Amino acid sequence: MPEHRRDYIEHYVAPIEETPLQATDKVSEDVQPLSLWAEAWRNLRRQPLFVIASVLILLIVVVALFPALFTQTEPNANCQLANSDGGPAPGHPLGFTIQGCDVYARLIYGTRASLTVGIFATLGTLLIGGTLGAIAGFHGGWLDSVIARIGDVFFALPLILGAIIIMQLPFFRENRNVWTVVITLVVFGWPQVARITRGAVISVRNADFVTAARSLGVSRPAALVRHVIPNALAPVIVVATVNLGIFIVAEATLSFLGIGLPPDVMSWGNDISAAQVSLRSNPSTLLWPAAALSVTVLSFIMLGDALRDALDPKARKR
Amino acid sequence: MTTIHEVNSTGPLLEIRDLAINFSSSTGDVPAVRNAHLTVMPGETVAIVGESGSGKSTTALAAIGLLPENGRVTGGRILFAGEDLTQAGPKRIMELRGNSIGMVPQDPMSNLNPVWKIGPQIKETLRANGLPSGPDDVAKVLSEAGLPDAERRARQFPHEFSGGMRQRALIAIGLSCRPKLLIADEPTSALDVTVQRQILDHLETMTAELGTAVLLITHDLGLAAERARKVVVMYKGQVVESGAAQEILTNPRHPYTKRLVEAAPSLSSRRIQSARAAGVDSAELLAPPVEEAAAAADNVIEVQDLTKVFKLRAGFGKSTDFTAVDGVSFAIKRGTTTAVVGESGSGKSTVARMVLNLEAPTSGRILFDGVEMAGLSRGELLKFRRRVQPIFQDPYGSLDPMYNIFRTIEEPLRVHRIGDSRSREAKVRKLLDQVALPASVMRRFPNELSGGQRQRIAIARALALDPEVVICDEAVSALDVLVQDQILNLLAELQHELGLSYLFITHDLAVVRQIADHVCVMEKGRLVEAGSTDTVFDSPRQDYTRDLLAAIPGARLELPPEVA
Repeated sequence: MPEHRRDYIEHYVAPIEETPLQATDKVSEDVQPLSLWAEAWRNLRRQPLFVIASVLILLIVVVALFPALFTQTEPNANCQLANSDGGPAPGHPLGFTIQGCDVYARLIYGTRASLTVGIFATLGTLLIGGTLGAIAGFHGGWLDSVIARIGDVFFALPLILGAIIIMQLPFFRENRNVWTVVITLVVFGWPQVARITRGAVISVRNADFVTAARSLGVSRPAALVRHVIPNALAPVIVVATVNLGIFIVAEATLSFLGIGLPPDVMSWGNDISAAQVSLRSNPSTLLWPAAALSVTVLSFIMLGDALRDALDPKARKR
Repeated sequence: MTTIHEVNSTGPLLEIRDLAINFSSSTGDVPAVRNAHLTVMPGETVAIVGESGSGKSTTALAAIGLLPENGRVTGGRILFAGEDLTQAGPKRIMELRGNSIGMVPQDPMSNLNPVWKIGPQIKETLRANGLPSGPDDVAKVLSEAGLPDAERRARQFPHEFSGGMRQRALIAIGLSCRPKLLIADEPTSALDVTVQRQILDHLETMTAELGTAVLLITHDLGLAAERARKVVVMYKGQVVESGAAQEILTNPRHPYTKRLVEAAPSLSSRRIQSARAAGVDSAELLAPPVEEAAAAADNVIEVQDLTKVFKLRAGFGKSTDFTAVDGVSFAIKRGTTTAVVGESGSGKSTVARMVLNLEAPTSGRILFDGVEMAGLSRGELLKFRRRVQPIFQDPYGSLDPMYNIFRTIEEPLRVHRIGDSRSREAKVRKLLDQVALPASVMRRFPNELSGGQRQRIAIARALALDPEVVICDEAVSALDVLVQDQILNLLAELQHELGLSYLFITHDLAVVRQIADHVCVMEKGRLVEAGSTDTVFDSPRQDYTRDLLAAIPGARLELPPEVA
């Protein structure tokens, strides 16, 4: 043990072979290049939440695209009142509705309407909200204020209340289909995406790399498209994923209230609505479409959560 | 062995022996510190010096039980007054914190709770350690910290304090319970040099009065040698050398320490000459560069009476004027380096932004090659952009994280439609070679590179358009000493090779000494002194310049000539 005297300070030098000196700021050349997205993908792959959610979503998408793969029963053709509210039978695993239609077949064929509304409403909000939000955030000043106030007007109206009013407009009442529902949802959904995009764009707008690009001669719009938007995308994607689930629920709610999809379009919302009358006698007709709805929405929200973890700028390694 | 509580009065206060710390990560355990050892005697100041990632903070934080959650002490002992802290339970560590071991954190801006007034934050510390915590006691702590009018200050919020005042408050909190040991983790790295000196002077007086030992963590060898009796040098998680401060500085024995001492910029260092220039004619080294030779007014940039007034909002349509830059004039001679020096808020960065044409001057003229910039058309502006390029301070912020290195460097070529894809790739390779990076980084992304490497990428991008002027806004301030030295040498090399002119914006006078031919000193928007580097450094005419020069850590140290 070294002696500790106040006036004496030992001069210690570590053995050089134990502390080898490296070249200053050496580049390690043996690692694979990884972009932020590639890195996020590597993180995601290992998350059970993400794996479960994406397997379910993949399944739902396949069901929506090719319903005939999953059932041979025509959902509307063979409805026989004799089977009304019947229990499971051979070839009809989930039983029959009050109209005597096959619950399972309706479930499978209803997927498409729900998913279409969800996907197109999300794309619509992304397009409108994303564009307006990005312009507001990047331009700032009066344009920002104007867009923000317009957004606030739509934000202040509750979605369902607003949708009820819009769907009662003559044009919408007469042309009820998937697209009118999508338009309604987009009208009330875009301000949220616009807000998120605006915030993300503002946080990137003043980054040094944008200034650097500007002084290299990149024009303002080009800097917005090439540098700002790609870097502001992550939080928007997360919100959009969660919104997709929420829009599917909103469609079901509107259909349940009788102002969403017309009754001849097969959708989970319509089925839940139709099952009201047999709630006491045959609750399974309500249970199955509701379960399908819940699983779908849950999958999208789980995916959104997993994406948030993988894309969160605070969790990013430097 | 952990029950020895009585302290031998001559025994060490803190003794770290063979300390090993691991961080668990997704890819397994990563050793952060190995074989660390250091001794702090009662009342003694010891400095740990090292670059970022060397394990200096980790070692010190282990002593106070504040390792991050994934960090674990895997070996060795930390003896505080004879008690092994690695064996002590969390309750015992809590008792020691504040009372026996105090801490001054690095960033004064984020370490005070912004929604609480200063007073209650001090009160909290006092109360947590069972000390009297009345208003008088709080005021006493603050006045000890050198804050006049302590009672009023205690009722203020952190945002009403300047950076220096906040750091004083944090030091007051750290010392309020009269600890035997104070751990100061880079206490002044976020502050201006003159403030840094005041704070460190104050810390020194206070700890000397109270007999507190200080463990000072810093990246600045000069500062460590000036403030501490003993210096411990850490490199890649290991202690490579330790000993008396003066001894380490004058007689470094480990190759890393030698490298560090050589690289440390100081006032006695000379203008970096490019290696090739030095090789060609060593006599040229002694002559002041270019200056007199090209005395003819070949000014690439001329700034005349430049003024920038910002309108600050003062509510309801009213606004007050804030003059950020006030009548500044200077010129940059072709092929030379002009440095603009000043503390934060002196307006130096605003000057840079105006010269880059990112900000319009309120009045005054900027002439580029004799042509005034204000009246340029869009096309001419695009041409101007090609000839003047910036390098920014933050190497983490100046590269687009979504672009790989190739796209980053290629972008200026693409924007200005230079060459086809093949010739562009050849150019990128050449540029990477010029900044001494292997071509294999082309497919990498900025997040995989270190700060110094990113800064070299930024330099390569700036050089892509063969500019005549490069504007470096604090381009090396965020880098470790060795990397900083490397970048400065690279810049000098490139200047010699390509005949570049630099406008160097910095707060660091030691860096100015190494790179600049001319210096402009700015204070509160005004140019207070300008001249050749040697004149300004050897015989400063203004008090402000003298203060700045005196405040540089290590300025008062005597270094042997071969080191300087």
